[in-house]
Amino acid sequence: MTTPVLAGADAGNDTPVAPRRRLIRRHSLVVRLTHWLNVTCLSFLLLSGLQIFNAHPRLYWGQYGADADHAFFEIGNRADGDTLHGFLRAGPLRIDTTGVLGVSNEDGSPTARAFPTWITIPSYHDLGAGRRWHFFFAWLLFFNGLIYLGHGILRGHFRRDLLPDRDQLSPRHLWREIVDHARLRFAHGEEARRYNALQKLSYMAVAFVLLPLMVLTGLTMSPGVDAAFPFLPGLFGGRPSARSIHFVTASLLVAFVVVHVAMVILSGLWNNLRSMITGRYAISDEDTSP
Amino acid sequence: MTLDNSRRRFLRSLALGGSALALASCDRLAQGGSFDALLRETEKLTLRAQRALQGRHALAKEYTEADLSPVFRANGTQMPDSDEYASLLENHFADWRLKVDGLVQHPQSISLDELKRFAPRTQITRHDCVEGWSAIGKWQGVPLGRILDVAGLKPGARYVVFHCADELEQTLDGSGRYYESIDLVDAYHPQTILAYGMNGKDLPVAHGAPLRLRVERQLGYKQAKYLMRIEVVDSFAAFFGGKGGYWEDRGYEWYGGI
Repeated sequence: MTTPVLAGADAGNDTPVAPRRRLIRRHSLVVRLTHWLNVTCLSFLLLSGLQIFNAHPRLYWGQYGADADHAFFEIGNRADGDTLHGFLRAGPLRIDTTGVLGVSNEDGSPTARAFPTWITIPSYHDLGAGRRWHFFFAWLLFFNGLIYLGHGILRGHFRRDLLPDRDQLSPRHLWREIVDHARLRFAHGEEARRYNALQKLSYMAVAFVLLPLMVLTGLTMSPGVDAAFPFLPGLFGGRPSARSIHFVTASLLVAFVVVHVAMVILSGLWNNLRSMITGRYAISDEDTSP
Repeated sequence: MTLDNSRRRFLRSLALGGSALALASCDRLAQGGSFDALLRETEKLTLRAQRALQGRHALAKEYTEADLSPVFRANGTQMPDSDEYASLLENHFADWRLKVDGLVQHPQSISLDELKRFAPRTQITRHDCVEGWSAIGKWQGVPLGRILDVAGLKPGARYVVFHCADELEQTLDGSGRYYESIDLVDAYHPQTILAYGMNGKDLPVAHGAPLRLRVERQLGYKQAKYLMRIEVVDSFAAFFGGKGGYWEDRGYEWYGGI
């Protein structure tokens, strides 16, 4: 990209006075590369993970869990005469989800399957292939995460950019950020140089809590890994519990991505995208008061 | 607003078409070819990593009686469908013999009573199905390593193949017969046993009577039931699909440690 460092002119199409616009270096090469590799890995992990989940779409808590045991969450189906009804059950709550969850079209006819063909890899039922995709991208995610964490610690990225500054942690400041987010008012000028506190806290939650939890609960489902690290199943309350946490944490990651992408779009899609591709982020010095 | 509607419809079909196209290309990639071959390489990395972390003798966690599953789900074949098995069962497996052959010095033909005379090992372990469910059961049997020692391995022995009485898929060429294989590291692992007892009783038919394999650091499909013959080999490429097991021939990894 050949964006000039001083790009005052191209920002002034709809404002009479063009605010001065400077491009700052926002993301290092390692952060950009690991970010997009992460996007790739998580996408394939999610879709192949749903294929694996389809093989046994029930979640348990405890040391064991199979068909005869109590499942606290289930995507299933029941036959009503000739027609199949799909449902999702969470605890005592049961919703009819025919057409999407439990029962959906496969090759044109309603088929009993938890997640529909358009959201699983492969689209058709193939647990073996789903596992191959899953473990391939799991390894890739693991190495990618190591590089990201190593870089973040050694180069001070976490301390400098992700750890909230003291002034950002006061209740008043946090409350103002929540209100600003709700009104879709985003930082400008000097304040846009750093992440806001909500950003920092959610990025830290993803990088240091959710993703490590995904890896650890994933490993706990492996009987081979459990033999090597016998404390793992105990840490999560059993393999079925680890599997449930794996599913819930994946759902939280999906929720994060939805909010993250929405914020990227609302706070300046091209500027944000450019910063994650070329590393450069535009800051305008316009007056922030309305 | 028809314009808005048609625009929205266009965008939606674009998005749906795009994702369908992306998933369809994943389907194509999943069906053989070099990308699928790359995905299959992961298994070697997993095997090496797990073996390095485990060492030879790391044990699978053993549970207590209080942890036993109230109902242990029976999976795969529940009753082998053959006259041979029916007559063995009728006779309470008095005529059943476990054959041990292949790359061994002294081929064996061992009765159930003879197996029970070896020092037994009892273990309460977790059975992890590839599908995602788990059940805890108590197994009693003879360590496979003892049987292999009695037979004596010949040089070149690398794998132990388990031939089963059940046909999980009815085929004309017999390729639907269940079989499994493990390497010598797992074969000599202290928790790898040939189990004739489950939860304090004789092994039930639904769980593989009279004898099944327990290889506790791997998934359920490795735990071959209805054992008839143990064959020591240098390669399993010649059996059925050549991948070392019934499910392996149908796409599962040979190494079921994950």
